[in-house]
Amino acid sequence: MNQKTFGQALNEALTIALEIDENVFIAGEGVGVSIHQDPNMATHGLLEKFGSRRVKDTPVSEAAIAGLAVGASCLGLRPIVEIMFFPFITLASDMLVNHAGKLRYMSGGKSSFPLTVRVKAGVGFGAGSQHSHNLESWIAHSPGLKIVWPSTPQDAKGLLLSAIFDPDPVIVVEDMMLFRMPGDVPAGDIRTPLGKARMVTTGTDCTIVAYGSALYTVMKAVESLNEQGISCEVIDLRSLVPLDKACILDSVRRTGRLVVVHEACRFCGFGAEIAAMVAEEAFDALKGPVKRVGAPQGPIPTAPTHEKIFKPDPDNVILAVQEAMGR
Amino acid sequence: MEKNKITPDLRALFYSRMVLIRKFEEKIMVLSQEPGRLPGMQILANGQEAVATGIVSALEPEDVIVSNHRSHGHLIAREADLNSLMAEIMAKGTGVNGGKAGTLHLAVPDINVLMTSTVVGAGPPLAVGSAFAQQYKNSKGITVVIFGDGAAAEGSVHEAMNLAGVWKLPVLFICENNCWAGAQRPEEHCATPNIFLRAKGYNMPGHSVDGNDVEAVYNLSRKLSQHCRSGSGPAFMETLTYRMRGHGEQDRQHYVDPKELAIWEKKCPIRRYRKELLDDGVLNTDQIQVIDQEATARVKAAVAFGDASPYPGPETALTDVFVQPPNA
Repeated sequence: MNQKTFGQALNEALTIALEIDENVFIAGEGVGVSIHQDPNMATHGLLEKFGSRRVKDTPVSEAAIAGLAVGASCLGLRPIVEIMFFPFITLASDMLVNHAGKLRYMSGGKSSFPLTVRVKAGVGFGAGSQHSHNLESWIAHSPGLKIVWPSTPQDAKGLLLSAIFDPDPVIVVEDMMLFRMPGDVPAGDIRTPLGKARMVTTGTDCTIVAYGSALYTVMKAVESLNEQGISCEVIDLRSLVPLDKACILDSVRRTGRLVVVHEACRFCGFGAEIAAMVAEEAFDALKGPVKRVGAPQGPIPTAPTHEKIFKPDPDNVILAVQEAMGR
Repeated sequence: MEKNKITPDLRALFYSRMVLIRKFEEKIMVLSQEPGRLPGMQILANGQEAVATGIVSALEPEDVIVSNHRSHGHLIAREADLNSLMAEIMAKGTGVNGGKAGTLHLAVPDINVLMTSTVVGAGPPLAVGSAFAQQYKNSKGITVVIFGDGAAAEGSVHEAMNLAGVWKLPVLFICENNCWAGAQRPEEHCATPNIFLRAKGYNMPGHSVDGNDVEAVYNLSRKLSQHCRSGSGPAFMETLTYRMRGHGEQDRQHYVDPKELAIWEKKCPIRRYRKELLDDGVLNTDQIQVIDQEATARVKAAVAFGDASPYPGPETALTDVFVQPPNA
C-alpha cells in the first residue's frame, strides 16, 4: 500500500485519468498555475506533466466553465472541471441544474454528458459563509446529477476515478479539512463504485450515517459511546446520489435507531431525506426517535467562537445518540 | 460581387427552405388555437426565416448548431425530418426526442443540431464547450450559437464570448436581433443600439447584417464561419430582423404599434426574395406555385404523422434521466 494524503490521492486519480483516456481534460481557475504551491492540491504538477492542451486554466467564469463541461461532454470528451468552493457553484448552477442534469432526458436519450465537477467544501477554516456553505442537498435535489463525497484518501481516488468514467454528470465534493490526511491508497486504477456506502464499524444499538469530515467527528463520539456501553454501527455514505438505501435500511433494521450527521444545515439538509426514507421504509424497526446532527439554519460565521457552533462536534453526536437511545 | 457565387439552384433552395419554415409555423399557429392540441407554449419565428435559412445554408455538415426557444427555422433549414419534428412539437412518442422535448428543447444530434436551451443566454456557454471539443479533436467543424437580443443581456453570454476569445475557439456567435425581448424594445434593455459592437471587447470580428436579406445573411455567415474554421478564433454576427408574432402564441402583442407591424410586413423576407427571384428569372410563377404546394403538402403529411402517433406511455416517463440509472 502507498501512504498518500487525501489531496495526493485526488492527484493520483487525475493523473491516471489523463494517462488512460485522451478524451479527459481538466479546466478551472488555477488548475494549471495555482496561487498555492501545495503538493496536497489535487491538480498540483498536472500542467507540467500533461501540458496546457489538457490542463487548462480558465478565466474567473463559473458559468462558462460549467458550460464548457456540458458542451464538450456532449461531443464525447470527458471534462473534469473545478469550481473552487462550494458556494461558487451557484454561479454555475444553471449549467449544472438546467443543462447537465436535463439535456439528456429532454433529448430522449440521444445525448449524454459524461462530465465531472470537482468542488471544495468544508467548514472550520474561518473564511465565512461565502466560502463555507455545503450545498449537497441542492445538487441531490436536482434530477440527472450524481454527487459523491469521499472521506478517506482511498475513496478520494476511487470515487473520483469512478466519477470521471461514469457516463453521467457527477459532482465530486472534496472536503478541505481532509486534504492533508494520510491513508493507505492502492496503486493503479482503482474504482470505488458509485452508490455503495461503506460500513465503518458494526454495532448493535444505533446506526450513525455520516459523510466527509463529519465522519471523523462521529468516530470520536463512538469511542466515548463505546465506553458508555453503547455499540454504534457507523456508515460512511460516500455517495449521496445514487444513495445506498439498502445499506442504511439493513443497518437500521438491525439496530432499531438512526442518527444522521453532516455539516450542512439540518433544515432541509440531506439528513432529512435519510430520516424520511427510514421513517417510510423501516418504521416498524425503529425503537426510538431518528435524530439529526448538523448546522443551525444560518450563514456560516467567521469568528471561531461562532463557527464552532455551526460545526458538529463529538458531544453533539453523543447527545443525539443518547436521545435516540432514550437516555 | 459575393452574390455571383450563389448559384440559381442555391437561390431556389433558399426560397423553398424559407417557404417550408413559414408554412410549418403557420400550421403551428392554427394548431395552437385548438385546445389541447399542442402542449406548452409555441414560440414562432415568423418573419425571421431569412436568418435561419441564410445561416444554416452557409454551414458544413460537421458544424454544430446550438439553438434557442425559437428553433423551428434553424432545424428545418438543417433539413431535420419534418414528421418527427412535428410529432415532437405535439409531444408524441414518435417525436424526434420521444416527446420529452416538446417544442422548446428540440435537439437533433444526428444532424448536429446538438443542443437547444430555452434558458435565455445559456446557449453560448454550451457552444463554447462544443467548440472546445472541436478544437481539441482538431476537427474541421465550428459551432454556431444563435441567441436573441434579449439574451445578449445575460452574463453567461459575456463569459462565453470572453472564454472563446481567450482560447480562440471556433464559435460563431449569432445574435438574432428581432427588436423584441418579451415586451421590451432594444432601447429599453440594451445599453447600445449595436450589439455587434460588443465583439470588439472580446477581440473578435463583429458585423451586423440585414436579417431579412437571405443572401446577405448567407454571405456574411460564410465569411465569418470561414474565419472561425481557419483557426482565427470566434466571430460575432448580429442579424437585424423583426419578430412578427408575440413572444409566444398566447402573447397578443398589445404593446406593439400596428403601424410598425405593417411596415415590417412589407419587408417580409419571403415576399422580397420571391420578387427578386422572379425578376432575375431564377424561378417563374409556376415554379413558385409548385414550391408552395410541396411545402404545404409536406406540412400536412407531418401533421397527419403526428396525429396518428400516440403520446409516450408512462413506462418511458423516467427513462433517459441517466445513462446508468442509480438502481441499475
